[in-house]
Amino acid sequence: MNARETVLGRVRDALTLAPKPPAEVPRAYRTGRTLPDADRLALFVDRLVDYKAEVHTCAADETAATVARVLATRGARHIGVPAGLDRDWLARFDGTVQEDHADIPAPGLDQLDGVVTASRVSCAETGTIFLDGAPDQGRRALSLVPDLHVCVVDLSSVAVGVPEALARLTPHRPTTLISGPSATSDIELERVEGVHGPRTLDVIIRTDA
Amino acid sequence: MSSTFLGMPAAPPRSPYGSGNLRGDEKFPKAAHHELRNDQLRRNLRKATHTIRGKRLNVTAELPDWEALRDAGSAIKTDTMNRLPELLEQLERKVTEAGGTVHWARDADEANAIVTRLVAATGSEEVIKVKSMATQEIGLNEHLESQGVRAYETDLAELIVQLADDKPSHILVPAIHRNRDEIREIFLKEIPGVDPELNAVPAELAAAARAYLREKFMTTKVAISGANFGIAETGTLSVVESEGNGRMCLTLPETLITVMGIEKVLPRYEDLEVFFQLLPRSSTGERMNPYTSLWTGVTPGDGPQEFHLVLLDNGRTAALADSVGREALNCIRCSACLNVCPVYERAGGHAYGSTYPGPIGAVLTPQLAGMHAAKDDPNSSLPYASSLCGACFDACPVKIDIPSLLVELRHQNTEQSGRTVEQAAMKAAAAVMARPGLYTTAQKAAGLGRVVAGRDKKITRLPAPFDGWSESRDLAAPPKQTFRDWFASDEGRATLGAAAREGAESRAESATPATDDSEEQR
Repeated sequence: MNARETVLGRVRDALTLAPKPPAEVPRAYRTGRTLPDADRLALFVDRLVDYKAEVHTCAADETAATVARVLATRGARHIGVPAGLDRDWLARFDGTVQEDHADIPAPGLDQLDGVVTASRVSCAETGTIFLDGAPDQGRRALSLVPDLHVCVVDLSSVAVGVPEALARLTPHRPTTLISGPSATSDIELERVEGVHGPRTLDVIIRTDA
Repeated sequence: MSSTFLGMPAAPPRSPYGSGNLRGDEKFPKAAHHELRNDQLRRNLRKATHTIRGKRLNVTAELPDWEALRDAGSAIKTDTMNRLPELLEQLERKVTEAGGTVHWARDADEANAIVTRLVAATGSEEVIKVKSMATQEIGLNEHLESQGVRAYETDLAELIVQLADDKPSHILVPAIHRNRDEIREIFLKEIPGVDPELNAVPAELAAAARAYLREKFMTTKVAISGANFGIAETGTLSVVESEGNGRMCLTLPETLITVMGIEKVLPRYEDLEVFFQLLPRSSTGERMNPYTSLWTGVTPGDGPQEFHLVLLDNGRTAALADSVGREALNCIRCSACLNVCPVYERAGGHAYGSTYPGPIGAVLTPQLAGMHAAKDDPNSSLPYASSLCGACFDACPVKIDIPSLLVELRHQNTEQSGRTVEQAAMKAAAAVMARPGLYTTAQKAAGLGRVVAGRDKKITRLPAPFDGWSESRDLAAPPKQTFRDWFASDEGRATLGAAAREGAESRAESATPATDDSEEQR
């Protein structure tokens, strides 16, 4: 017998030897929650700030101005963007833009001052942004290697809790959940923001989009 | 593929003796003695476990449905174990459909051989690693080293442990036993080209690790990870982390090899909504950990283009074959039970001798690797490394009844050890107690025990074969006079008579019943 058949055979033997306890899964936890826009925004901002993300709010028609202002504040002159990003968002940015494609090796991304992406969905209760590799978010390496990530979130895409956010995802897409900048508590449990992932996370929330 | 029924089911084997990291060199009480002498270690541990306890309580109290989430998490895991064969086959099918390759490993040696072969096929002589309990359990790094492959741990704490040629002592914070000054010393000594002016400040130390590993992330062609969850329904794997080293390893290399215990499978994608709430809040005490990655096989143009999943048994099916013990397989490795355990807080993780320390380790390790009576196995001491206070049960996000499992394992250990001196002594005691005359004589004889007691009327060391018992306990010296002697004496009769009179008087006084505190008297 090969390893596969042996292991599966052992699992079946084990379940025959020991009776199975009943297992009805109770799902009494909260799902399908909604909150008015203002409350969802307040909760989301509170949680983002708690995790040391920098938060900016604007109207959709102020996107270009806000993106340009954030990049200028960070001193970012050379930025990367996914191929499907709405280029109007960069209309006011006067630096250089590198459009990403799969052949650019990781060290090529390391040269960037930062990256601007959209996002799929967010979770207000935990301050989590979900990227799923859609054309306006790009491949996973793009939002990982540069030290600055400017992420645009539409308020309509912000769900209240974890179940509500996960329900909006497509499982087979490569998905990254981001809650603040990278961090470690490995030394004496003292939290340090910024290890291997982007050390700075700017979140631009478009309140009418 | 359907399997043919070949006859009576056989008890699945434990992880083979002598392989991997599921067994220490010494029994727990002896190993704990080394650690207990280390004041620095105890200070580090106390500070860390207390900090994280407070954080966990804050964020779990925040959710009004925390108990409902625990109930769901517990039931999902039980349901998973009940349906493990079909779920594993479904996971295999889905991963394969998505462009991955699935391998099966009966034990640690087989898993190590599979991974080594896969690494060799890439031509790479180095790999980057995401912190993983499963690969620590099978001793993968040591095996790769012996085959000429250098493994770089990329989690900050794992890096500290690896650079110091040390062993992890905590599931979540493997270097919890080290403080900042010790870590600075390790970095100065072991990281080539590190700034000699490096200060013992966590932010500076983290920055030094970033600089050291950056180039490795950019250039290494193979990564090895574990997995927190594997979804049968979709073939999706998940790694939960904080630093971004996980994302680096899961995204940048050309080949990704994931080693996952078979108990990590979950039935549905939807189940993540429960575990993505339970795990971070129980583990780091955060509402959500900074990064979680989800991937399904291979995605063209994004991430590793070659993906291998190694499904590991290594004693898990042996645990599954125990109707009580199988509950330990529900563990999601959050480490909340370590942080609340009074024994772990003092003894530290190394004393358990296994990759899995603390309360969950004390029930999981003996089940994966066995407690071999004939070999005087250190693992047979683990079920006793507990005061059975129950704090671990309260903290567990999937409600594993660790105290009951410990008691069951103690029972099994006693059964397995056959006719021990202790059992013979108990049998003799039963025979003596059944004959009053013999019992009185025996009690008088026990009075002789006074000669081995110290001036403080304590016996700190019993003669063999009872020395095991007194290793971690003191025994009060037997009194000069037994209770039965005293009872029959003039003094005893007088005292009892006085007590009886007093009792009768007080009953007469309280003849009018007080109704107010009837609740208490009921």
